[in-house]
Amino acid sequence: MALLKSLSARKNDLSKPENQLAFLSNGIFREGELPLFKDKIAETGNYPLKPKTLEILQLNLGYMCNQVCSHCHVDAGPDRKEIMTKETMQQCLEVIKTTKAHTLDLTGGAPEMNPNFRWFVEEASKAGIKDFIVRSNLTIILANKKYHDLPEFFKKYNVHIISSLPFYKREKTDKQRGSGVFDKSIKALQMLNKVGYAQPGTNLKLDLAYNPAGAFLPTNQEAMEHDFKTALKEDFDIDFDHLFAITNLPISRFLEYLIASENYEDYMYELVNAYNPAAVKNVMCTNTISISWDGWLYDCDFNQMLDLKVASTVKHISDYNEDLLNNRNILISQHCYGCTAGAGSSCQGSVA
Amino acid sequence: MAKTYYNPDDLRKFGKITEWSEELGNKFFDYYGKVFEEGALSAREKSLIALAVSHVVKCPYCIDAYTKDGLQRGITKEEMMEAVHAGAAIESGATLVHGVQMMNKYDKLSM
Repeated sequence: MALLKSLSARKNDLSKPENQLAFLSNGIFREGELPLFKDKIAETGNYPLKPKTLEILQLNLGYMCNQVCSHCHVDAGPDRKEIMTKETMQQCLEVIKTTKAHTLDLTGGAPEMNPNFRWFVEEASKAGIKDFIVRSNLTIILANKKYHDLPEFFKKYNVHIISSLPFYKREKTDKQRGSGVFDKSIKALQMLNKVGYAQPGTNLKLDLAYNPAGAFLPTNQEAMEHDFKTALKEDFDIDFDHLFAITNLPISRFLEYLIASENYEDYMYELVNAYNPAAVKNVMCTNTISISWDGWLYDCDFNQMLDLKVASTVKHISDYNEDLLNNRNILISQHCYGCTAGAGSSCQGSVA
Repeated sequence: MAKTYYNPDDLRKFGKITEWSEELGNKFFDYYGKVFEEGALSAREKSLIALAVSHVVKCPYCIDAYTKDGLQRGITKEEMMEAVHAGAAIESGATLVHGVQMMNKYDKLSM
């Protein structure tokens, strides 16, 4: 069931990254029942994990969100006040002008709730970056009148939309994301289609992100995409381009759920058993830099939530240096098994 | 802790059966894996058949495994329950069809 408050607002122990990291290294991992992630990747000579060519800059514009999804790894919600300032955005823009990355990926929370979001999109689009992504939860478009024109705004700047939709049926979506979310998401998708997203003859890309509504792994991405496309077209006349199947990583609110539902050990066993060495070569931390609302640099959005700042002399956007960053070792823990299970998982879906 | 014949943790250890008979164990798992690949029937259809059979043979490990498999494949709970009913209908039909034997015997013994 969707929650009303973040872990942070509830002052839950798991709101502290150090407690999550301690939990992920104790129990079945401390007792040696399951191998530590670093030992697992060492078997194939991948430890320490090193970056490859930087392709994606992912900016987290803040943890504020209009939803409180039960699986959220950001612990986002209306009660989170962490928002990227205009000053930090300006520092990011300097980096965007010079980066070798071909993709700019804005996420949150609901990035649209940042008061400087539209200004930032306008400015960032001037850099001519090849793929400009905004991760939208869809319901924000209908949350308030001031957001109703977002589809037109996204179209104007040729923004590539990646939207979360846990399932093509109402019940599962609402259970994970809150009552009424499914209907609003469907309406928002129809609005995006109407302005040209995922329509023939336009270049406006609309992808969906699917993540399982429970303690199980996603199945084959292509099969899920086929099911989603068929159901959404038949039931709601909705089109989209691709579906990304994303594994829930055992951190933050999803970790809380796993522990409370007594699924934690089974889930970790499943992740470890599904470990795929081929996925390690393409995990997203090898081609991404994640930047937090306050300008700190991380190997990925998950490490950001665990406050594992990059292991580099450069740690903040104000000192950004791509060459120095590319020499770092990527920080890992047991949550990383989530990105290497089965076909692998990333913000861009399967990797193997 | 209560003593039971079934322990949910044992499902994770299924693969260990190869330790005491490697050749047969490996042959079984190869066969098992092959059976559930896409074929004339889709893997999704086979998952639902497996779920129905799991109930008929009353295997708690199999029920856990194929409920999760169904969730992963996006099979809905309505589809899962219909599959269980299909298994239950065959099982109850198999019982009831013996009623004909009972009727035959009854008639034979009766004047």
